[in-house]
Amino acid sequence: MLRLRVNGETYETLTESNETLLEILRERLGLTGTKHGCELGECGACTVLLDGTPVLACLVLPDQIDDAEVTTVEGLADGSVLHPLQEAFMALGASQCGYCTAGMLLSAKALLDEQPDPTREEIRAALAGNVCRCTGYASIVDAVALAAKAPKGAR
Amino acid sequence: MSTSREWVGRRLGTVPGGGEDGDGAFQVVGKAMPRVDAVSKVTGATVYADDLSFPGTLHCVLLRSPLPHARIRCIDVQEAAGLPDVVAVLTGAAMPTRFGVSPSSEEEQALAADKVRYVGEPVAAVAARDEATAREACKMIQVDYELLEPVTSIDQALEVPMDEPIHAASKDGNVHRLASLEFGDVDEGFAASDHVREDVFFYEGSNHLAMEEHSATAIFSDGQLTVWSSTQSPHSVHRALSSVLGLPMRRVRVVATPHGGGFGGKVDPCSHEIVVAKLAMITGRPVKCTLTREEVFYNHRGRHPVLMWVRTGVTQDGRIRAMHFRTALDGGAHASLGAATTYYTGALQPATYDLPAYRFEGCRVFTNKAPCGPKRGHGTPQPRFALELHLDKLAEDLGMDPVELRRRNYVRPNSRTVNGLRITSCAIEKVTDEVLAASGFSRRERRDGHGQGFAVSAYLCGAGTPMYLNRMPHSEVSLKVDRGGVTVFCGATDIGQGSDTVLATLVAEELGLERGDVRLVTGDTGLTPVDLGSYSSRVTFMAGNAAIEAARKMRATLVAAAAEHSGSRPAEMTVAGGKIGPLSFEQAVAAAEERYGTLGSVGSYAPPPSISASKYRGSAVGPSPAFSYSAAVVDLDADRVSGEVRVNKVWIAHDIGRALNPVLVRGQVEGGVYMGLGEALMEAQAYRNGLLHHPSVLEYKTPLSSDMPEIEQLLVEQPDPEGPYGAKEVGQGPLLPVVPAVVSAIHDALGVWVDEVPVTPEKILRALDAHAKGSDPRTGPRSFPEIPYPPCEKVALPDAASATL
Repeated sequence: MLRLRVNGETYETLTESNETLLEILRERLGLTGTKHGCELGECGACTVLLDGTPVLACLVLPDQIDDAEVTTVEGLADGSVLHPLQEAFMALGASQCGYCTAGMLLSAKALLDEQPDPTREEIRAALAGNVCRCTGYASIVDAVALAAKAPKGAR
Repeated sequence: MSTSREWVGRRLGTVPGGGEDGDGAFQVVGKAMPRVDAVSKVTGATVYADDLSFPGTLHCVLLRSPLPHARIRCIDVQEAAGLPDVVAVLTGAAMPTRFGVSPSSEEEQALAADKVRYVGEPVAAVAARDEATAREACKMIQVDYELLEPVTSIDQALEVPMDEPIHAASKDGNVHRLASLEFGDVDEGFAASDHVREDVFFYEGSNHLAMEEHSATAIFSDGQLTVWSSTQSPHSVHRALSSVLGLPMRRVRVVATPHGGGFGGKVDPCSHEIVVAKLAMITGRPVKCTLTREEVFYNHRGRHPVLMWVRTGVTQDGRIRAMHFRTALDGGAHASLGAATTYYTGALQPATYDLPAYRFEGCRVFTNKAPCGPKRGHGTPQPRFALELHLDKLAEDLGMDPVELRRRNYVRPNSRTVNGLRITSCAIEKVTDEVLAASGFSRRERRDGHGQGFAVSAYLCGAGTPMYLNRMPHSEVSLKVDRGGVTVFCGATDIGQGSDTVLATLVAEELGLERGDVRLVTGDTGLTPVDLGSYSSRVTFMAGNAAIEAARKMRATLVAAAAEHSGSRPAEMTVAGGKIGPLSFEQAVAAAEERYGTLGSVGSYAPPPSISASKYRGSAVGPSPAFSYSAAVVDLDADRVSGEVRVNKVWIAHDIGRALNPVLVRGQVEGGVYMGLGEALMEAQAYRNGLLHHPSVLEYKTPLSSDMPEIEQLLVEQPDPEGPYGAKEVGQGPLLPVVPAVVSAIHDALGVWVDEVPVTPEKILRALDAHAKGSDPRTGPRSFPEIPYPPCEKVALPDAASATL
């Protein structure tokens, strides 16, 4: 029996020892906001935060997450109030097809939690593991820079 | 949810091309606003195809061929079928009917029955309680193959087949399609030229790499089949399912799910979509199949590798007198849209440059590789690359400025091209002016290792002819309005480009509502009237016009009822701000329901016949209700020692007609530039002996956020007379000039030509090495193969009456 906290809620679930966090989230917990683009740790679409650190959920196994705190895209908003990153992504069109968005948002959140006032180079570097085929990354980098300017209480 | 934080709202005004207020004449058109589905997308609430689950779903895995070319002697599924929890095993014998995206391409089988033609071709399928079991069962299927010699290159495909043609029915060996057309007197044009130049170019194939892997789920119940799929064209899937499964179309419903990226890779009906449907019919249970990333590379339908030869004659003052363009396309193992692709490699040269005489010869061959098909720009990025570099070289020959040479040959607005295309709005001069002024191209810093390149291009606003011959509308909309609200029904498919947002914007504008007041039902063949799909940059223009027509009829009905109800004249009624004249929208609807009963209106769009003035083989390819123009300047540094290229900045000007929503437009422009940079510098679907080099995201190189330069977009808004509120396309055009502009900039930086993309450091170093040794300072193909083109069909020039519109 695996016990973990996802977005502040506690879950207990049976798993196979070779089941990935991605599969647990999507198939056992019904949290399909986390996406898959390769399941080999190459595209960044499944990025979630594990105890605050961005990880590729498709490469994380159950014994790495017992009693861990996982944050997924479903946990970014505070109730009906969106996270500044979500507001900025919407305003600037940083989400087009939306398939990379969950991973992008969580990589960006990890950056802003660590470095509240990043340079554009730091943003580009922090997102370099997340592939996006729609935007050309420009609006995404702009959105992260914009979110960094949000009033501190907002995030 | 909160969506209007002040700190974000203020920033919207900074979106290029529009402010928060947009054009004062409109309420929502032209305003920079988030897409209508933005909240779902940023909260993870959007339900994509693989996020769907139905109780009792079986999981399907496809067994794929490990060989590039082989006959199937027999398939033994007994052991696999006996594995516990396996519910059904399927082979091609159960689905003999061949299908394809258009009638001319109906040669694929959902599962190969007689032979396999590429590594990765599906040959059998298993439906089991879970995916792992299905995968295990696939390994137990025994396929007895008889090896055939694989054909892996254009040259090889042009030879007499060693064993047998890839498609046995073919009369022409492995040649799939030949095109041979002449417009005007080309020989005379060359004879009258002062200078004639020939060049050869190669453009490598590439994959779409949409982030979402293809996925489909089927349910068969009560005699009705429903398939949910991440498709760009539910209508094409609908037709293919009906044909292969032998069900009337009225018994089949295809729902296009919210889409994780297409770029052309989800236009063709695919094997897995038909297989899950068949398995659902056999088992009576929901069946789902989601491809792995590796399988997406095999399914492919990506950019064709194209070898090109071009010969152009010019006068001393730089006026083109004649052009002869030859292409050879490596089509892979199936037809897909390849016949159209072949013609597209020749169709748009005259839509950019005024060619008085033009000969086009095209050839597509079958090879034992994953099938090529439509990718963003469909058959036009390759000849655009060749044409623009060829013009640079011609300008160098003449000692003329490369921009000036182009300007002397630009097409004019309201004109007719030599191949019969109607050109209406055309901002080619303006996009050139804008991009030159912003980049300072003519005053660029000249130093070794630094360069700038310029290129220009044209693209369609929707294919003027449907994928199968018919005279029905290309896009249809119906509108339901009652006391419960406003709902738009349209078959158009939002693949991330924002077509739902465009439909909501146009209907809201017409009815004086906010976008959020408009409910949308799209891409569902069971509920929505037909739209042909998201391809050829057609949706804004065609579905947009259909939506406007339906909304204007509804508006007239509501205005009439409101006028009668309030005792005023219809002409006095304004429709804005949720009001129709003195009545609220709800009151006007109630008055109209009382007066007329059920309210509904429809609209449709088909391009006017005048878009094409000539009839010839292939004349269905090229005509479009409007053309967009793009120009790019690329600034880069290229290292003479390492051969590495660093792109510093891209300026892109685009002839958008009108930006219906600058947020969406920006995304398409920058995304197009990004994909162009990828194809120019790294993307390649490359093979060794019929085996794909790198079917993975890691090894298939694409630009990352850390690789991307600054992009400055310059939108030229000259409304098109027939576009919805004057809008033209933006999804594909901005990719096109980027690729040649990169290569031109490398030449500017280092003085060598790399006449094939992707440009790699190794190719640059080879060209530099040749330069140092005093030989031709270029890397690229040396020759163009002998191809048995048939005699040219001589096409009469459009008559004088239609030559000027």
